Amino acid sequence: MSRSRRAKLRAFRIVTLVLLGAFFLGPIWAMFEFSTRGVGENSPRTLDAWKAIATYPDLVAGIVASLELAVITSIGILVVLVPTMVWVRLRLPRLRRAIESISLLPLTIPAIVLVVGFSPMYQWMGINLSDNILTLSLAYAILVLPYAYRALDAGLAAIDVKTLSEAARSLGAGWFTVMWRVIVPNISSALLNAGLLSVALVLGEYTIANNLLYPNLQVEIVSVARTNAGVSIAVAVASLLFAFVLLVALSFVGGQRGGRQRTRERLVQTFARDFSGGTR
Amino acid sequence: MMGGRRLSLDWIGAVPFLGYVALFLFLPTAIIVAGAFASEGGPTLVNFANLSRPYIVSAVINSVILSAVTAVGGAVLGAILTYAIATGNPRGTFRRMVTSACGVLAQFGGVILAFAFIAAIGPASAVYVYFSQHHLDYYASGVWLYDLRGLELVYLYFQIPLMVLIFLPAVDGIKPQWREATESLGGGTWTYWRYVAGPLLAPAFLGSTLLLFANSLSAYATAAALINQGGPILPLQISNAITSEVGLHEPGFAKAQAVVLIVIVAIVSVLYAVLQRRTARWLQ
Repeated sequence: MSRSRRAKLRAFRIVTLVLLGAFFLGPIWAMFEFSTRGVGENSPRTLDAWKAIATYPDLVAGIVASLELAVITSIGILVVLVPTMVWVRLRLPRLRRAIESISLLPLTIPAIVLVVGFSPMYQWMGINLSDNILTLSLAYAILVLPYAYRALDAGLAAIDVKTLSEAARSLGAGWFTVMWRVIVPNISSALLNAGLLSVALVLGEYTIANNLLYPNLQVEIVSVARTNAGVSIAVAVASLLFAFVLLVALSFVGGQRGGRQRTRERLVQTFARDFSGGTR
Repeated sequence: MMGGRRLSLDWIGAVPFLGYVALFLFLPTAIIVAGAFASEGGPTLVNFANLSRPYIVSAVINSVILSAVTAVGGAVLGAILTYAIATGNPRGTFRRMVTSACGVLAQFGGVILAFAFIAAIGPASAVYVYFSQHHLDYYASGVWLYDLRGLELVYLYFQIPLMVLIFLPAVDGIKPQWREATESLGGGTWTYWRYVAGPLLAPAFLGSTLLLFANSLSAYATAAALINQGGPILPLQISNAITSEVGLHEPGFAKAQAVVLIVIVAIVSVLYAVLQRRTARWLQ
């Protein structure tokens, strides 16, 4: 490579990164700036908006509901999916393709389309069973299904499920012991991956909750913004930081086994590609 | 009993999962498809006929334009950023930082993204106050941020990182030796891009653009948080039809719109898969 071309390339890279860096960091910086503004011009920075979060009971209820939904959804999907995937590997290999296609199907259906089908179901459930906001976790489990499936599939592919469970069975273990004391400890990082993805997705979810008229965190952020934009942006920053911590944890967990950078990069990539659309 | 084997009860293990997806994945899908073709009287096409209402037609057109603009814009800017990353040290911390940031940013969407832009360049932002004090009122002809033009800008925020993530593997597949070969045969930079790298990257670029198109087409939350009134794009119209009075009187209307949206997304996805296969032929 000639020297002039190398210099040109270097200049091109710096200009691109500075411009796009400003585009991407600007709005995040602006949220911090906005949420620490005082009243009136030239007033000093305050944390009033952050402190005021607790004075909005609906907002607090939304935060609590979203956290509960995140926990219920991630545990629920693991409880349904892990035994099914192990069982299919052991006894029903013919079903494996079918289970895989079913699990990845929600990726191709936009959330705004799914909610059209959910709407009459939740109306019926609200009248005949329960109108508790936590029933949303049944719908959310469908949203997180593809991500959980991929994470678990990668974990199960790394161990020899058949040999492990046959060894445990021949030593007299029941199916519950096989699952709980043999399979689960061996795929712990995959379980954590699936769980973190589910939590991140549920905390950011707006489309389904808003259209089924359930006030979760994101719905409350929008409604508080009508009266006090500073508070709702403070909550937005907080939830963004939380999601960021989850993602860092995720790339850390993902990097442990493979250890190499490529593995981690690929994990981040599939995550983002799959994730796109999930919270939008 | 298959192939004369004894009747097996193994399939019972799959029942909880299959039961759940039947209720919460297949049933809603069936409700949409059946509902789109049904009315109180029986099977009908009237729901689809209603799609010719001017506000639905314009919502579909707006959606397609918005998606096309942000897909092409995101693809071009994303490709530039991808090239800037790919020409750096493949094992460097810089590359790792940017790809990780893209992973985070590509999923950063919805309500929070809308608020980030309102805080950054909205009418109450420090940037706007500064500019209007210096006689550069960029909202002189209306606050375009809360409009389709605002969406075009905001969507780029997740489209560009997504482009980087899906296009980087293809750009990584380009070997420096090919450039050297071009040069040793007397070709310059233009020849290299026009006859070597360009044609090789074209299918991957087009495929990525299509994915970005589908991504933007199905986005709802960002638009809902940014645009308070009316429904200039299809996802917002679907939401209106679900929640408003119209939905109660015309329960099939939202479903017919949903069918339209999913048909467009399906066509785009199939095209993407075809291009992806073409890319995979030489990549690796």
